[in-house]
Amino acid sequence: MFSYFIRRLLTAIPVMLVVALSVFLLLRLSPGDPATIIAGDMANPEQVANIRRALGLDEPILTQFLLWIGNLLQGDLGTSLISQTTVSSMIAQRLEPTVSLALAAILITVLIAVPLGVIAAWRQGSWIDNLVMSVSVVGFSVPVFVIAYLLIQVFAIELRWLPVQGFRGLDKGLGEFLSRLILPALTLSSVYIALIARMTRASMLEVLREDYIRTARAKGLSQRVVLFRHALRNAAVPILTVVGAGFAMMVSGVVVTESVFNIPGLGRLIVDAVLARDYPVIQALILLTAGLYVVINLLIDLSYAITDPRIRY
Amino acid sequence: MNAVLKVENLQVETVGGKPRSILKGISFEIHAGETLCLVGESGSGKSVSSLATMDLLPQGALRASGGRILLDGEDLLQASPARLAELRGSRMAMIFQEPMTALNPVLSVGRQLDEVLAQHTDDNAATRRQRVLAALEQVHLPDIERIYASYPHQLSGGQRQRIMIAMALLLEPRLLIADEPTTALDVTTQHQILKLIRELQEKHGTAVLFITHDMGVVADIADRVCVMHLGTLVEQGPLREVLSTPQQAYTRDLLAAVPSLTPRAPRPASGPRLVLDVAELHKVYAGPRRLWWRKRSSTAAVQNVSFQLYEGRTLGIVGESGSGKSTVARCVMRLIDPTSGAIRVRGQDISDLSAAALKPHRQRIQMIFQDPYRSLNPRRSVAQSLIEGPMNYGVPREQAMARAAELLSLVGLPEDSLQRFPHQFSGGQRQRIAIARALAMEPSVIVADEAVSALDVSVQAQVLALLDDIQKRLGIAVLFITHDLRVAAQICDDVLVMQRGQVVEYGPAQQVLGAPKADYTRQLIEVAPGRSWDFAAFAPAL
Repeated sequence: MFSYFIRRLLTAIPVMLVVALSVFLLLRLSPGDPATIIAGDMANPEQVANIRRALGLDEPILTQFLLWIGNLLQGDLGTSLISQTTVSSMIAQRLEPTVSLALAAILITVLIAVPLGVIAAWRQGSWIDNLVMSVSVVGFSVPVFVIAYLLIQVFAIELRWLPVQGFRGLDKGLGEFLSRLILPALTLSSVYIALIARMTRASMLEVLREDYIRTARAKGLSQRVVLFRHALRNAAVPILTVVGAGFAMMVSGVVVTESVFNIPGLGRLIVDAVLARDYPVIQALILLTAGLYVVINLLIDLSYAITDPRIRY
Repeated sequence: MNAVLKVENLQVETVGGKPRSILKGISFEIHAGETLCLVGESGSGKSVSSLATMDLLPQGALRASGGRILLDGEDLLQASPARLAELRGSRMAMIFQEPMTALNPVLSVGRQLDEVLAQHTDDNAATRRQRVLAALEQVHLPDIERIYASYPHQLSGGQRQRIMIAMALLLEPRLLIADEPTTALDVTTQHQILKLIRELQEKHGTAVLFITHDMGVVADIADRVCVMHLGTLVEQGPLREVLSTPQQAYTRDLLAAVPSLTPRAPRPASGPRLVLDVAELHKVYAGPRRLWWRKRSSTAAVQNVSFQLYEGRTLGIVGESGSGKSTVARCVMRLIDPTSGAIRVRGQDISDLSAAALKPHRQRIQMIFQDPYRSLNPRRSVAQSLIEGPMNYGVPREQAMARAAELLSLVGLPEDSLQRFPHQFSGGQRQRIAIARALAMEPSVIVADEAVSALDVSVQAQVLALLDDIQKRLGIAVLFITHDLRVAAQICDDVLVMQRGQVVEYGPAQQVLGAPKADYTRQLIEVAPGRSWDFAAFAPAL
């Protein structure tokens, strides 16, 4: 298992290189020029050229790329073209809100979706199954921002239970932290609850037809033990796959959710950087996302071996 | 003495708009220490009776609609779900057909046994562990501490079935229901498992309801026999009575269909044309490479196998699972590549031809598979399945269709079958379609891998007769892979016995099965179920 882990980490290197190269080239190919944006609407071509030279954007593309990769390998993510602060410090400042949001969303998703899926599969065709299935269709089809505004309307404006927006770090106290996290996390998880509840139900339905479930019933075990100990663990591999992929795909959800709830996280940083053509920041954020994706996939693959003893690497 | 289980006029029907009757009122009883065999072909309702007793009928599909099931006088059909759960596993227990799938793959064996005790007793963890280990010891498993910590996939089929038995008998139930518990096992393992059930039954005085379609097994273990047919109980009585003086025509037919262990009279040697010549075939599987600088471990699945097959003859390859007989079949078909050796089909060595060079030769050798429920594509009509092969070899569509219709009548299916789909046919009919599909290619050799093992005896007899008839008419050579010595004795001209990848004995069927030279062959014949019972004596005179 350890050698498998090392092998997988090694294969991540070419993946990251390809990502780095494509991000770099795609940004250079896309329309818009950071120098023009920094110079403002009133600038003359000479000023723009000066800014471009100062930022090193007049060098040949290959030189720029090698310089960037060289610095990257030394752990230097570069400096923002706009704010002139280092990219690493910008990311560090924004990390806590986004990580808390993503983890809370995953936690809520698993805690709500898995039991719903299990119950729906157990009572297939009953009213509760139909309810879970139809609510999950709603979860899929309603856009994230609509759900966000609905939640704000009900819980923050009508009921006044929770604040409308903003973010407080964990250092400001757990209550402050959680009260501002619940609504955005619920918003972000809505799609995943729908997805994973359906996945759990489908996977469970398959497993419940297996012979060993009949064996478990023949032993006189209670319904709860049959469902959760015998069936759910066997149904886990496809569910874990979707949880992992969902977590990795959360980036787009994070962008919208952070904008609606005015949370100063990485999602907002991406939007701002893209609008300003702030190349170093965009590149670093996309590399970070890709790296995260690789790591999550690896963790998911390792988790298969933990849930299913037949899988050995 | 009161019966442990008494079933009175039990009726089961399907759930839904139009209930269909599955069990039409059956009655029987079993006493302590007694073995009652429920025999019948698929669809006779024997499994449904046992599932109804355990309250394990598939929910939303079947339900008991009448009658009584009394376990020590308590009516199970009136009992609450909680009471039934309490009885299951403690007072009545069940062993299933397929040991490979009946255990949960993600929980350790010890844990699965422990659950039974945790559910039904107040024992603490240490006591439970002791009891589980004792139970594993009782079913004669080796190295019980290791088995306790193992997962099902690390154990063989026979070991898993022993674990199922240990699990069922943990709490010394009054009633043990065994639903085809040895059907998926080798004869040797089957023999051991039957002995084990008998031994534990005598020790604990358990009443056993044994469900089987194998008359040989019935002859070996039953005290009393119930014969079922289409949801009714056609005949019941003590073993000797039912087997020697069957009252009903159906029972007589069932007994007559059991193939005899005595090899049939040898057929006159037909044309001397050699169609398949296999010489010194080897197949070695390389294991996974753990680390790139280490050598791969390897397993020799087939070692030095040679045989000849002449036109119009049948060669049987017999052996237990893992003996390498299916590997030989797949090598001959070139579904897998042999490691070394020659496979000559009508003189042409195909053992190392490339895929392209192999194509014209593939037509000459065709295969029929074991499970007719899975070997036909469910989304393609019978016609599509039958014409696909010939059309792939350039036969025009109309001609292929005409041939398909001919073939269907040859295998005894109505012509309107062409436009139907596999799920509309029974297992025996599907195997006929599979035979027609193989014949459509006009092969010289047909490889039949356990082609009748999944069929009921009466259907099995029909399919074997069909194969025999086709062979006479078309002069095809058949390579017949089977674990069933009875079947081999009835259709093979020559027999090759394999064990652990090697040939143990090879010669005419009369000699190999009639007067075996090798110990292993003798052993195989020794453990064949129902060996002491001469079914042929009750076959209707021809």
